[in-house]
Amino acid sequence: MEHTQSFRFFNRGPSPAVRLVFFLLLSLLLLFVDARYQYLEFARSGISVMIYPLQRLVAVPGMLWHQADAFLVLQGNLVRDNAQLRQQHGEDAARLQQLQVLQAENDHLRQLLAVQQRADYPMQLAEIVYTERDIFKRKLFLDKGTQANVLAGQVVMDDSGIVGQVTRVYPWLSEVTLVTDKDHPVPVQVLRNGLRAIVFGSGDTSELALRYMPISSDIREGDMLVTSGIDGTYPPGLPVARVSHIERDPAYPFARILCTPVAGVDRQRQLLILSGLPKLPERPEAVAENATDKSRKGRRRKP
Amino acid sequence: MSAPLSRDQEFLLPASTLFIALSLLAALLLNWLPWRGFWQALRPDFVALVLLYWCIHKPYRVGIGSAWVMGIFADVADASLFGQHALAYAVLAFGCIMLHRRMQMLDLRLQTLQIFPLLLLSYAVYATVHWQLHGYVAWGYFLGSVVSALLWAPLTVLLQALRHPRSDPDKL
Repeated sequence: MEHTQSFRFFNRGPSPAVRLVFFLLLSLLLLFVDARYQYLEFARSGISVMIYPLQRLVAVPGMLWHQADAFLVLQGNLVRDNAQLRQQHGEDAARLQQLQVLQAENDHLRQLLAVQQRADYPMQLAEIVYTERDIFKRKLFLDKGTQANVLAGQVVMDDSGIVGQVTRVYPWLSEVTLVTDKDHPVPVQVLRNGLRAIVFGSGDTSELALRYMPISSDIREGDMLVTSGIDGTYPPGLPVARVSHIERDPAYPFARILCTPVAGVDRQRQLLILSGLPKLPERPEAVAENATDKSRKGRRRKP
Repeated sequence: MSAPLSRDQEFLLPASTLFIALSLLAALLLNWLPWRGFWQALRPDFVALVLLYWCIHKPYRVGIGSAWVMGIFADVADASLFGQHALAYAVLAFGCIMLHRRMQMLDLRLQTLQIFPLLLLSYAVYATVHWQLHGYVAWGYFLGSVVSALLWAPLTVLLQALRHPRSDPDKL
């Protein structure tokens, strides 16, 4: 029993308080290094390889439940779904015809303009292995990693719009930060008039916020927001969100604009990872900017 | 529960290192189960509970060091910053080791009351680190500590039962 162990003849090492201080300092050091620098990614991916099989194992009951759920479907539902899908397919096929014509025309125009950006990107399908357990940040884990040439920074989308961005890559897994993640910015354009803006995540999977838009800006409810491609991370022209609510209060300098994401940020099981994004030229150095300022000033002085 | 002292003095199998490791592994796996929506806030921290159990019953086998290592594993699985869980679990283990003699004297109901503040402290440490780094706190997160504290009694009974010998030694 433990009671006999309380008579200690042997030194059992440092006291609990000393140990606590040691481990507290170690944790704080790790926290600091991990938050400020990227040195620990190697150790993280090493440990992740070790626990990967366990994570898959834990996902098994959920997967079995989904499969059983999919297997036990009423025949009536199937018939109804089938009819609906057929109709949808007919409509889509007609639209696809149009799209092909438009695409051909668009390609031709782009060639004429010698635009370097490409119209479509190679994609790969990935499945969600498991979703983030942490209530603070809803992240996703996909089953493609460095083994499938996934890189951090690549864009993840579903069939209707942008879901997020790959932020960390493990050998067989990749971690996706959602566009709705708290304060995650995406540069967008209003499809109707080309107005540029930045849409921020709100931490809630059904809401995005368009900040810093003046009250007088030309934006309406129902406007479609697509990526502008200006940052070089998100390729241009992908749907992000639809404006759902606008509040123009003259007491504040900016309008309060809420949007709903177009993509099923918290619904899908399969997602697409876009690769081969266009390389933008490097942003000029700040020194170069100063130099041009000076030359401009110089020119202004001459006359 | 009526006579905790005599129950504690019942003959228990010596906890093998393998058994301790397996129980901690099982707790980690339970923690990794996917929880969704409203249930995510109520998610109990099984690793913290199993660590507490071993810190009370085998304080010289499982201590601050083991708690810290478990925290690192939890950090990698959750994609939280390195050391965030580790810090919380180390504080938890320290509090528990300081109190383990008192805990062994109490019955399960009183133990639960003693353990709740410990869990709350460790949750607060985790939330504080998050707050310092990201600037906000999801208050629903603290509900998990209540659920965890309520699970303390069933979990202790289960682990004690697993440590009982198969045949009754009193028969002889």
